[in-house]
Amino acid sequence: MSGVEHAVEIRDLHKSFGELEVLKGIDFSVEPGQVVCVIGPSGSGKSTLLRCVNLLEQPTSGRVVLEGVELTDPDVDLDAARRRVGMVFQQFNLFPHMTVLENVMIAQRRVLKRGKAEAERVARENLEKVGIAEKCDAYPAQLSGGQQQRVAIARALAMNPALMLFDEPTSALDPELVGDVLAVMRKLAEEGMTMLVVTHEMAFARDVADRVVFMDGGVIVEDGQAAQVIGDPQQERTKAFLRRVLDPTHTDV
Amino acid sequence: MTDHLKTAEPSRPAGTPSGRAGLSPRKKQRISRAVQYVVLVAVVVFLALRVEWGPLGQNFAKGEVAREMFPDLFTVALKNTIIYSVGGFVFAFLLGLLFALMRMSSVRPYRWIAVAYIEIFRGLPAVLIFLFILFLPLALPGFEVPGGTYGQGILGLTVVGAAYMAETLRAGLQAVPRGQMEAARSLGMSHARAMVSIVIPQAVRIVIPPTTNQFVALLKDSSLVLFLGVSGEYVELTKFGNDMASTYANATPILVVGITYLLVTIPLGYLASRLERRQVKGR
Repeated sequence: MSGVEHAVEIRDLHKSFGELEVLKGIDFSVEPGQVVCVIGPSGSGKSTLLRCVNLLEQPTSGRVVLEGVELTDPDVDLDAARRRVGMVFQQFNLFPHMTVLENVMIAQRRVLKRGKAEAERVARENLEKVGIAEKCDAYPAQLSGGQQQRVAIARALAMNPALMLFDEPTSALDPELVGDVLAVMRKLAEEGMTMLVVTHEMAFARDVADRVVFMDGGVIVEDGQAAQVIGDPQQERTKAFLRRVLDPTHTDV
Repeated sequence: MTDHLKTAEPSRPAGTPSGRAGLSPRKKQRISRAVQYVVLVAVVVFLALRVEWGPLGQNFAKGEVAREMFPDLFTVALKNTIIYSVGGFVFAFLLGLLFALMRMSSVRPYRWIAVAYIEIFRGLPAVLIFLFILFLPLALPGFEVPGGTYGQGILGLTVVGAAYMAETLRAGLQAVPRGQMEAARSLGMSHARAMVSIVIPQAVRIVIPPTTNQFVALLKDSSLVLFLGVSGEYVELTKFGNDMASTYANATPILVVGITYLLVTIPLGYLASRLERRQVKGR
């Protein structure tokens, strides 16, 4: 792909839930191969922004353009566009009535119309990649949260997405399981996957992200190099937020 | 009632210890339990002495009459009861699923139709439905329910069952977490595809226990086939028992038929509660 086209381009995005305006005009873009972390306090609109990227939430106004295709165009084939975007949820959302292997195969079979053998090969490949190959025949309920989340990542990867969205992927995990999931995400980043990650893991954002976006109150407050936004924030709100997150025991109340 | 309580409450100062000293709560409990046992024994003794066991046995548990009921009890009556109820259940499930989906549809008239159907047929006595079906050929000359007597019985149970099933299935569909639909859509599935592959299979699993109970209810309602005036090879348990009771002027067949129902319904009830418990564990 030419470097001219953005992986994702968001222009003047607004989203209201009834009276509540959650996104108040967001402009930003992600370049192919880039890893962008979105940080910010809860209620800042970062999850909503992510969900607007694949139109799980219908934006109130504004444009979302994915690889040159405008998703906010009412006549766009949304299902086709979504195939290019993988999404990983905070609550995993694996399909509980299917085995791990079936979870990773179902969309390949039903959406991409791949044959059974090919779908299974791709599924096993991706499960191998996230380190869950031996759990193929288990049901989600039999796995730990960290394992479930890695299956969810494999499920999204099996669709060969151009972009991966992560919505607080480690927030529902026990602390000792966070590392496994982050390791998989780091590996993906190193392989050049374009990623947009909403997270509270500052170490991950600092070490893995190319760019960090700080959101508060429905707007982007600061956007820049990871080391700069986290290490040397310019805005007062960013500084206050990072102080609370990085040093919670010394927060002024 | 509540007004009375409200006015009475503040007049008694809070935390006042109960006035009478004496019996401890433990002793009071013991006396209360002893009284309950005495009452029970008294009632049992009274009944045992009062009831005339001979005539009762002759009327409700007469061996010769019971023997006359076999093998038709199982080969005809129970078989038909099962045909009516399983048939009614299958169609009620499918029709119920249709109404449940219509009720959740984004097309408003579909929602209206589903709500109207559910409200009407849940609110009517099942007997009335069967009487309607009986008179259907008069209202619609030339119309005949396909499947003859079986068809009529199954139609009646379907019409009644679908209304309940629709509500149960809707609850099941809504109990599937929203994230499931979102995950499916984010993988590029259409709404319909996500419904069929992801949401409906989970909803069906969720409603298995209440649906088992509905099957039991349907099995009992199959006795209403009686009102269709069935005879011969089409009789189900209740009609069969009723006919036999008239023939012998003896109530034994009713008792035997009752036991036959229980042979089916009690295990099903256990199955339902077992499935329910397993589901709670699996979540």
